[in-house]
Amino acid sequence: MSWEIVIGLETHTQLSTQSKIFSGASTAFGAEPNVQASAVDIALPGVLPVANRAAVERAIRFGLAVGATIHRRSVFARKNYFYPDLPKGYQISQFEIPVVQGGTITIATKDGEKTVRLTRAHLEEDAGKSLHEGAGELGQGMSGIDLNRAGTPLLEIVSEPDMCSSEEAVAYARALHSLVRWIGICDGNMQEGSFRCDANVSVRRPGAPLGTRREIKNLNSFRFLQQAIDYEAQWQIETLEDGGRIQQATVLFDADTGRTRAMRSKEDAHDYRYFPDPDLLPLEVSESWIERVKSEMTELPAAKRERYQGDYGLSAYDAAQLTQSRETAAFFEDMVQRLGADAAKQCANWVTVELAGALNRDGLDIAQTPVSSALLAALVSRVRDNTLSGKMAKDVFDALWKGEGGSEGAVDAIIASRGMKQISDTGELEGIVESVIVANPKSVEEFRAGKEKALNALVGQAMKATKGKGNPAVLNEIFRKKLGA
Amino acid sequence: MLARIETTPAEAGEVQSKLNDIFGLIERLRAVDTTGIEPMSHAGDLALRLREDVVTETDRRAQYQAVAPKVEAGLYLVPKVIE
Amino acid sequence: MIQASLKELADALASKRISSAELTKLFLSRIESLNPSLNAFITFDADRSLALARAADERLARGEAGPLTGIPVAHKDIFCTRGWLTSCGSKMLSNFISPYDAHVIERFNEAGAVMLGKTNMDEFAMGSSNESSWYGPVKNPWDTAKVPGGSSGGSACAIAARLAPAATGTDTGGSIRQPAALSGISGIKPTYGRVSRYGMIAYASSLDQGGPMAKSAEDLAILLSAMAGFDTRDSTSSERASEDYAKDLDAAWTAGAASGKPLAGLRIGIPKEHFGAGLSGDTASAVRAALAEFEKIGATLVDISLPNSGLSVPAYYVIAPAEASSNLSRYDGVRYGYRAPEYDDLQDMYCKTRAQGFGAEVKRRILIGAYVLSHGYYDAYYLQAQRVRRLIAQDFEQAFKVCDLIMGPTSPTVAFDIGAKTSDPAKMYLNDIYTVPANLAGLPALSIPCGFDSGLPVGLHAVGNYFAEGGMLRAAHHYQRATDWHRRAPAGMGT
Repeated sequence: MSWEIVIGLETHTQLSTQSKIFSGASTAFGAEPNVQASAVDIALPGVLPVANRAAVERAIRFGLAVGATIHRRSVFARKNYFYPDLPKGYQISQFEIPVVQGGTITIATKDGEKTVRLTRAHLEEDAGKSLHEGAGELGQGMSGIDLNRAGTPLLEIVSEPDMCSSEEAVAYARALHSLVRWIGICDGNMQEGSFRCDANVSVRRPGAPLGTRREIKNLNSFRFLQQAIDYEAQWQIETLEDGGRIQQATVLFDADTGRTRAMRSKEDAHDYRYFPDPDLLPLEVSESWIERVKSEMTELPAAKRERYQGDYGLSAYDAAQLTQSRETAAFFEDMVQRLGADAAKQCANWVTVELAGALNRDGLDIAQTPVSSALLAALVSRVRDNTLSGKMAKDVFDALWKGEGGSEGAVDAIIASRGMKQISDTGELEGIVESVIVANPKSVEEFRAGKEKALNALVGQAMKATKGKGNPAVLNEIFRKKLGA
Repeated sequence: MLARIETTPAEAGEVQSKLNDIFGLIERLRAVDTTGIEPMSHAGDLALRLREDVVTETDRRAQYQAVAPKVEAGLYLVPKVIE
Repeated sequence: MIQASLKELADALASKRISSAELTKLFLSRIESLNPSLNAFITFDADRSLALARAADERLARGEAGPLTGIPVAHKDIFCTRGWLTSCGSKMLSNFISPYDAHVIERFNEAGAVMLGKTNMDEFAMGSSNESSWYGPVKNPWDTAKVPGGSSGGSACAIAARLAPAATGTDTGGSIRQPAALSGISGIKPTYGRVSRYGMIAYASSLDQGGPMAKSAEDLAILLSAMAGFDTRDSTSSERASEDYAKDLDAAWTAGAASGKPLAGLRIGIPKEHFGAGLSGDTASAVRAALAEFEKIGATLVDISLPNSGLSVPAYYVIAPAEASSNLSRYDGVRYGYRAPEYDDLQDMYCKTRAQGFGAEVKRRILIGAYVLSHGYYDAYYLQAQRVRRLIAQDFEQAFKVCDLIMGPTSPTVAFDIGAKTSDPAKMYLNDIYTVPANLAGLPALSIPCGFDSGLPVGLHAVGNYFAEGGMLRAAHHYQRATDWHRRAPAGMGT
């Protein structure tokens, strides 16, 4: 009898503000320990929090992007627990009324598109970091506390338990990751911890009520997310099949062993004694503020995908590829702008196949491409006017990639310098066709006998004779004419 | 315990009896009919004022850590944190 | 000089009859001789105060003096003062040299006032008798066997014994007004948000408010004008423009009032609930006499009711401990303050540090707070207390439709013996019954001396509407022009 895996994700996205959510300290990554920990961040006696408008605005932007409700009035609450990287002994978060409620994220799964519901997204402050013994010159049995990260604004995005495999969880995380970067609220840098996932995993028999879940904390790569969920789900299934029971727990994933293990530090985590923070009045978001943010937002990936399919007749796959990032979409749209909508399909192919392949091969981001959208458009236009065959165009692309030329004239320069002009002139080709017919009586026979394939062989010979410059389409025609077919 | 305060068994009894008196005092609240009354968590019904996103703080680690019980290499030292 | 009002001191300084250094020396010498018996100050530092005084004298010489330039002011040890010990009356902060100044301290520094020292207080402002201080109890100058009231007992004592001409205090449930009453001085708790809480060590954030303590309403007006004002670092600070409360203190309540009746037009509400059981007889008669005096100078008395005021103490002792239990979680021995000398591991360090660093009353309130916020009790206690809080605020809203000020006793009794109530906290809490409602509603309230009961001072309590400090001080000032209770000083203090 089979098992169902149920997964919900809680994602902590660091909001890309200059200063912290409740203090004027810098959020820049990688500073010396505690030099970006202000009086408020280290919770000196008497200090008070003052909320950062830009953090709230990013939350609004996210809410609009996922079609959620943005509460006109939300409340900052205190989440009370003791931990050395939590200077106040409480974390300022949102509990009963978050700023963003509901919304959805659409993901691509093996059986088509799937909608993952969001429960909520709330603002909160990040904690500091504990460096454990061995780190630096730390003494035996000691931990060192760095509070530079304390107070960095976070948007915690909570999904419903709508995912049923690690693949879906990763697809969701990827979609969310590209969205928060697309709308510019998070730099998405997972190595630096700007985008971290907690996965709630449970298993059950089909149709049975939800099983007891265990929460895997702080997964900061898609690979770890997948490995951790796979391991955890398998572990739960085996435990249950061996007649064991699952206890609700918070667990950590060990990337080295690929296993999960329960945390020891959260005994009384069950009672955070949330209450409204008396230092912070209710957060009010006006209609006009929301309208302004809406008006400043760029077209979202989903809208672009629809437009690409509708206006340009692109496949869902191509549309998805082109909306991986804002930069890719901009690159593609610039090419279409130069060549016209009827060139869109061709542009899409060049961007998703040749360009993507080359970027991938050299491990480059599209922002670093040596072939600009203008250059690639110039190249495609030479294919469209039959100057270049597909094969030639790929050679020119490689030349451009290697940095030959650079100006928009580079394409024609390369074509000229390599004498790459395709021969489409009938007069010039007829002589060649006749000699090929004479030299290949067998193929001619077969073609006349109705064997279409034989024609390809003849065209191939002609291409060879023209050193690949002959226009295959034109050659094809001439052969048919000459052989009276 | 949630408050992270050690109490010896000796203290515990005395603490408990005094707490009972105090809870006797606040028990009276539970009898009050407050249906339809909004809880009042602030002294006024104002909205939150927001700060512009500007870095205003400079490095004052030296001054702040001058009053710290135990620091090393710019870090606050505590007994090993067990995750 | 030690009896002089702030205005008189400013004149003396301006006319060079005395220098700030001399004035500061005078009070420092009184502190040195009397503090050992009164314990009003936790910290004083003659050299530093005199350095400030000399700087003030230069400023006076340059003719850049304000009303407080060169005047010595004592600060409750709850205000963070850069480079000075800021202990909050607790062992937990007994080694905390603040690396920054509170907004209130900045204001006094800008005004050129001279910091005379840091005054004793109940630990973390939790108390009504100043007996919970780790630095020991403060004595009442009127009778050193009695408490001075709390939590701003050190400041109250310092003013009463003329160890300082002016002081700051904070008031969460009556901590300015009750000690002012028990020590025979004047004190005002402004509207919540009028004085910035930045750098004022938090007890219960939604109730805490700083304010001045002095000998007269006129002095309070001068001090409050310096303290009050918008501060971007406190999200609950009011953006209302600051006022000069001293400007028209002498003006009549309503223009064109007959001479001798300056308060004509002032309607004073008398809540029957504040004259009921538990109120000492002689205190009641002192208060009634004061009300009669107000009538004599033109005010009219109106009977009003604050039906829910009886619930204010229970509501307060849920809300304040709840906020305190969270506010005091930062004292964990990691970044500043006391850390237990020995411990087994991290959790043990927390528990021992806090067990050793906090006193009994603070621990008690932390435990109550953790309890009323904990799962399963939150609705029954914390939310219910907040609903009752709104009922209490609504009572005032109703009352201010028919009156301008609400008057009554500040405290049900005069100063009691040191140690008399320490064994019965629940009983101790009832001292706050008349003062707590104003904190819950966020309203301004003051206490001024209005007579004696068994040889000890009685305080008259006045609550005004939001941001009505100006009118309240004016009314009190007219009363003090007609009476001399505020000029009485305890005997045997070299006064």
